[in-house]
Amino acid sequence: MAEVLILVDHLDGQVKKSTYELLAAARPLGEPSAVVVAPPGTAGKLADALTQHGAEKIYLAETDRTDFLTPEVDVLAALVESASPAAVLIAVSADGQEIAGRLAVRTGSGLLSEVVEIGPESVTHSAFGGAYRVEAVANTPHPVITVRSGAAEIGSVAGAGAEQATDVPPPARRVATVTDREPVTGGGRPELTEASVVVSGGRGVGSAEQFAVVEELADSLGAAVGASRAAVDAGYYPPQFQVGQTGKTVSPQLYVALGISGAIQHRAGMQTSKTVVAVNKDPEAPIFEIADFGVVGDLFTVAPQLKDEIAKRRG
Amino acid sequence: MNIVVLVKQVPDTYSERTLRAADGILDRAATDPVLDEINERAVEAALQLTEAHGGEVTVVCMGPASAADSIRKALSMGADRAVHLSDDALAGSCAVQTARALAQVIGGLDHVDLVLAGNGASDGRVSAVPAMVADVLDLPALTHARQITVDGTTVTVRRETDRGAVGLTAELPALISVSEKINEPRYPSFKGIMAAKKKPVTQLSIAAAGIAAAEAGLASALTTVTSVVPRPPKSAGQKLTDGDGGAQIAVYLAAQKLI
Repeated sequence: MAEVLILVDHLDGQVKKSTYELLAAARPLGEPSAVVVAPPGTAGKLADALTQHGAEKIYLAETDRTDFLTPEVDVLAALVESASPAAVLIAVSADGQEIAGRLAVRTGSGLLSEVVEIGPESVTHSAFGGAYRVEAVANTPHPVITVRSGAAEIGSVAGAGAEQATDVPPPARRVATVTDREPVTGGGRPELTEASVVVSGGRGVGSAEQFAVVEELADSLGAAVGASRAAVDAGYYPPQFQVGQTGKTVSPQLYVALGISGAIQHRAGMQTSKTVVAVNKDPEAPIFEIADFGVVGDLFTVAPQLKDEIAKRRG
Repeated sequence: MNIVVLVKQVPDTYSERTLRAADGILDRAATDPVLDEINERAVEAALQLTEAHGGEVTVVCMGPASAADSIRKALSMGADRAVHLSDDALAGSCAVQTARALAQVIGGLDHVDLVLAGNGASDGRVSAVPAMVADVLDLPALTHARQITVDGTTVTVRRETDRGAVGLTAELPALISVSEKINEPRYPSFKGIMAAKKKPVTQLSIAAAGIAAAEAGLASALTTVTSVVPRPPKSAGQKLTDGDGGAQIAVYLAAQKLI
C-alpha cells in the first residue's frame, strides 16, 4: 500500500494535535508516514507519540539549518521523489500553507488547500466560509493537501512506527534566515482555530476593557476568544483573534456571539460551527438568522448570568 | 530599488459571493469586484520603500479585463506602471499554474529588486501564492511581514502569525508578503487619480508572456473541481427576549450536552 507523508507540526518538543488528526485522515489514501524536521537530537523524542497515534513509518530529518520553512520543503521534496507517496498532508497554518504551496509548485503536484474531508477519490473543501461544499481532485501524482483542524477524529490504534533517519539536503533555493523568535503567549486559552468552543465579541462589547466579559465567559467554557472585524477595527481586541472572511475561519462545536451583528464578512468565518448561540440587543441583527439559540438582550447581563449558571452546574 | 507589487481583484467580502455550479469557478459577474484590501497595503509598503530608497513600482496583475479598475486604483495611489496578464485561456487556473504564470511575467521584467504581495487573498484562501512565486523565481520569501527594513542589499522583516513573531533576513532580490498590520494604505489623491489615467499599462496575452497554452487554464489545471454544492441555508432556531436569557442559554446548552 502506498505511503502518505504527513509533516509533523511540533512546538517545544510536543507534537501538535493537528498532526494526530492527519495520521487518521490519511488512512483512506494509504499508510501514514510521519515526517519530522527538527534540530539535532530532538526528532527521535517525538517518535513514541507518533507511533501511538498510528504512524507506520517515521522519517527523522534532523538539521541545524537556520533558514525559515525551506528545510521542511527540501526534505519533503526529496521524500516525494524517493518514496512516491500517494499524497502529502500538511495541517493548515500560516507556515503549513507556505510549505505546502512551495512543495506543490516545486514537485509539480496539485495543491488542494484547506480541505475539511479526505476521501479515497476526492477531497472536500469548504468555500467562502462554508457557503459551499466543493469536491475536488488532483490530476497529478502525490498531491499536496492542507487539512483543516477537525477533518478527522484522532485515532487510538498504534502504527508500526518504523524509524528511518533521513538526510537533509542543502538549501535548494535562496533562503530567508531566522534571526530571532518570539513565541506567542497564548494565556492558557486554546488556539482559536482548534478550539471546540469559541466565544466572540463584537462592536456591542463597547471597549477593550469591557472585553473582559467575553474572556470571562470563554474561560468558564474552556473556550478560545474571538472578535468580529468591527471589534478589531475599533481596537477592542488584537487582530490575530479576528473571526471572519479577512480573519480566521472557525468551525467549533459551539460558537457564542456576543454583541456581533453578523455581517456576511463575519458569518463567513463561523457559519460552519455546529451550534451557534447569539446575544444581541438588536432583534433584527442578522446573526439571529443563523443562530440555533438567540437572546435579544444586553450582553453585559446575559453573559455573566450564563457564566454563573455554568459555574453552578459544574458545582 | 525597483519593486513589483502583485495585486488581485477579488469579490467584495461584504457582498454575497457565488460559485458557478457547472465548473466551480467564481461567478465574477455576480459580485462587486474590488482591489483586495491587503494589496493596497502591499502597494503602500512599496511606495514607502521607493520614497525612502528611490526606484519605481510596477504593478503586476493576473485577471480578467475587469481587473483594470483594480490596477488603476494601485496606479492612482502612486505606482508607476502596470503589467496586466489577461487572457481567456487563464480562466480556471489552479494555484500552481497561477504562481508559474506570475513568475513568468515577473521574470520578464528588467531588474527587479523586490516583489511585494499581500499575505493572502480574501477569496481563494490558498495564502501561499507569494511563497510559490518566490520558489519558482529562486527568491527568498519573507512572508506575513508587519515591518520591513531595507539596509543596502539586506532586507529584514518582522513576521507575525498565530505562532508568534519571527525575525527574518535575506539578501535582495527577495519576495515579501505583507500582513494586515503593515500599514494604513493612503487614499488616492485627485491628482493621483488624474495622473493614473496616463500611466502605462502593458497588456499581456499568455503568448506575449511566454506561457504555453497547454499549461494555462482549467483544462490543464493540476486540480479539478468535481462538484459544487451550496450549503443549505441554516435556519434560525429559538429566539427569546426574556430577562433571564443567560440562564435560558445554560438550559439549552445542557440539553445539547454542550455543558
